[in-house]
Amino acid sequence: MFLPLPSHIAAAFPQQKSAKEELLVLPGEVGRSGGRLVVSLRGEPKTLNPLIAADARSREVIGVMQADLIHINRATQLTEPALAKSWKISPDGLAYTLVLRQGLKFSDGQPLDADDVLFTFRTYLDENVHAPQRDLLIVGGKPISVRKVDAYTVVFQLAKTYGVGERLFDGLAILPRHLLEKPYQEGKLGQIGSLATAADQWTGLGPFRLKEYVAGQRLVLQRNPYYWKSDIKGKRLPYVDELVFLFVPHADAQVLKFQSGETDMISQLGAENFSVLSRQQRGYTMTDAGPGLEYNFLFFNLNDAGEKTSPELQRNQKWFREVKFRQAVSAAVDREAIVRLVYQGRGAALWGLVAPGNRRWGNEKLPHPARSLDRARTLLKDGGFSSSTGPNGESTLLDSDGKPVEFSILTSSSNADRAKMAALIQDDLKQLGMRVQVVPLESRSLLDRVTQSRDYDACIMGIASYDADPNSDISVWLSSGGLHLWNPSQAHPATPWEAEIDRLIEEQMSASTFEKRKKLYDRAQEVLAENQPMIFLASPDILAGAKNSVGNFHPAVLEPYVLWNVEQLYLKNGTGNATR
Amino acid sequence: MKARRTIVKWLITLAVLHGIVLCAGFFAPYDPGEQDRKSPYLPPMRLHLLDSNGHVHARPFVYSLKLREGSFEPYEEDTAELHPLKLFLRGSHYRLLGFLPGQTHFFGAENARIYLLGTDAYGRDQLSRLLFGGQVSLLAGLLGAGITLIVGLCIGAVAGYYGGWTDSLLMRLAELFLALPWLYLLFAIRAFLPLAVSPLKAFFLIIAVIGLVGWARPARLVRGVVLSAKERDFVRAARGFGATSGYLLRRHILPETSSVLLTQAAILIPQFVLAEMTLSFLGLGVPEPAASWGNLLSSLQQYSVLVSYWWMYLPALAMAPFFLGYLGLASSLQERGEAYKIETRSLGNLT
Repeated sequence: MFLPLPSHIAAAFPQQKSAKEELLVLPGEVGRSGGRLVVSLRGEPKTLNPLIAADARSREVIGVMQADLIHINRATQLTEPALAKSWKISPDGLAYTLVLRQGLKFSDGQPLDADDVLFTFRTYLDENVHAPQRDLLIVGGKPISVRKVDAYTVVFQLAKTYGVGERLFDGLAILPRHLLEKPYQEGKLGQIGSLATAADQWTGLGPFRLKEYVAGQRLVLQRNPYYWKSDIKGKRLPYVDELVFLFVPHADAQVLKFQSGETDMISQLGAENFSVLSRQQRGYTMTDAGPGLEYNFLFFNLNDAGEKTSPELQRNQKWFREVKFRQAVSAAVDREAIVRLVYQGRGAALWGLVAPGNRRWGNEKLPHPARSLDRARTLLKDGGFSSSTGPNGESTLLDSDGKPVEFSILTSSSNADRAKMAALIQDDLKQLGMRVQVVPLESRSLLDRVTQSRDYDACIMGIASYDADPNSDISVWLSSGGLHLWNPSQAHPATPWEAEIDRLIEEQMSASTFEKRKKLYDRAQEVLAENQPMIFLASPDILAGAKNSVGNFHPAVLEPYVLWNVEQLYLKNGTGNATR
Repeated sequence: MKARRTIVKWLITLAVLHGIVLCAGFFAPYDPGEQDRKSPYLPPMRLHLLDSNGHVHARPFVYSLKLREGSFEPYEEDTAELHPLKLFLRGSHYRLLGFLPGQTHFFGAENARIYLLGTDAYGRDQLSRLLFGGQVSLLAGLLGAGITLIVGLCIGAVAGYYGGWTDSLLMRLAELFLALPWLYLLFAIRAFLPLAVSPLKAFFLIIAVIGLVGWARPARLVRGVVLSAKERDFVRAARGFGATSGYLLRRHILPETSSVLLTQAAILIPQFVLAEMTLSFLGLGVPEPAASWGNLLSSLQQYSVLVSYWWMYLPALAMAPFFLGYLGLASSLQERGEAYKIETRSLGNLT
């Protein structure tokens, strides 16, 4: 067969190249091409630049525009080859040799090779760039060094064995040297990549590239014609032509937009909105992906602020420091009720830092004591507390000095779920005779109080791990960590058990095998459970939904819950699915 | 004398309504903070006379509502056992009027809980919360209106009687207060207060705030009445006989304002109840778990509650008779004091 000459040349060029192109073939349902997929984003992303992105919205958008060397499959939670088609770890665990796919191109058609990888890691590690990724790339106190072997082989040299292994490469976007070299040399890397960037001035290796940005309304992305994955039939991914992010700041508004058909998918749903949507299903399917990696917990102020502390707080801290007091609070908390009333049963009760969505790292031997007010009362008695009964049968808990136990719990005013948990705990503790006040606070001033001024009694918070590996929560575990919330950023561990956790966590960081790491990590979970600095409450399910016309929709419990397989999502009937 | 009869009618209506709220402990079947964690968002139970087998009962009864196995909604009536409504049952402790201890409740059911207005997110009885919440909201309205009227009366009387620069100064101040966006002012004031305030403190703070913000209008009205009253012949005569300013104000001028004040009170009380509700609705009022009408409605801010649980709207309906009572009273008071009304209206144009 012969084609007319001009189009023949045009068509032959990519075909000829793709012969050398080492595409990644993805298993799974084969879809049809075309159409536009619309999702809502909880507000406008700040930047498209992976080097400065710190907010979740920017990360979500960057996630579909960039690609990494080795990727964690959100469904299996295991690593998979991505831009690197294979990798080898030296026997001493210190050198990682990665082999890149050949013939790959950025979304603007420029080729990818080892120099881009070298450039990427140079910018990440450059102190002047202040990339958030820098901390992850410092192992054993030294930055990872990167060496080029040939145009498609790169060796990463670590100073110390690193338990996380190749997972470390997940999410580290490979940057285009041809585009960023100049701004880097001029020291302007931090200023580029705003949403207003012209579409041809920005590029990446992800399934989509920039098309249009309308301030305050939407960000439109376009299919990357050079994307390096194909389906089993050899059709190049992604399937959809356009991906539109609508900026919808309010969760309820997102529900309404989804309900009215303006968006094709919805994720990060609250349980109540999920059941509203499930009840009136019309042309869409709701999916409960099971418990995710978010864990909610109550903690007491265990800071030693010295003279700055107010006398009331000092008195209250005498109770908080008593481990039996914390154990009693934990025993009195009705976790089942939290799951039922806050998450409408779409969640899991929690007794440790590892959320049930994390399949590999939970310590199964960790005790899950049922709620028992009697045990709580016994613990309090052993801790030197006594209770007096008032005329109406209401009891008041007194400490060893005869002072009534009264304190307040902070919650974020923007999070209705945690406010509800606080109301339930308030009632639970009332039964022990503690008088608790719940104080809703705007989330920034809440964080400020907990980490800066440290003037509070107790607080309910939630953290969502971004990866199933325990190292994503390292700053919660380590006493020097900023998210070691009950007493953050300590110079030296304040208690022997915190010192033990520090030791265990640091040891597992450099342990070589999964079994060794798991054993150390299990022990750390036990120490945490014995001392209850954090009283774990519950973990919500990841709830999502999509129109029935969206194919290959498989929400995962890891971020980005529904867009992790965006290249495989397709529209079953016709184009222009969602109306804007 | 028809007007007087209507006034008495409205007063009795209001007295009965307030009496029920005042004795919330007795009329409410349960403690307003008690959580029945097995029954969140339980719809109102229906009172039956006819059971599932077709038998008629003399005493109304309810069926308890059960969740279908494994699901979280909807609730279904469990017709296996019926629970007759009993009067004067013993239940949770309460203190009537704040000091009389009691345990007898107007109605309830044995071996089962009865929710005539359904339950909220924590399984708390809406009816009990409505009655106890009324105590907070109505008291806030009454006390707030009291403070406003006293402040308004004093300022208005001084401005109207002494006139001159005092008058100008006070009235410009009043205009300033009228022009203030009071809701934002309340936000600002609330932001200055300490984080954890006990429900009682929060309650008095709200009253003080709404009371102090609203004085400008009654002050202007009072000033108008005082302006006209001080020029009346009998007042001039009394002054001619050597009466002091204090005596004149007390004996002759302020009584003239009583009609205006009463009408204002009947208008202001529901307005201030509404102000308290607004604050509590926005989470700046009485903190949970204490109930107030605004608190009861605040869950409606969530879309899911708005479309799923219609009985959460009921508190909004329940306050209607109160507001109707007050506004009815206000209009009949106004009718009675028609003469004053005409006067204040014409003077209102003067100010």
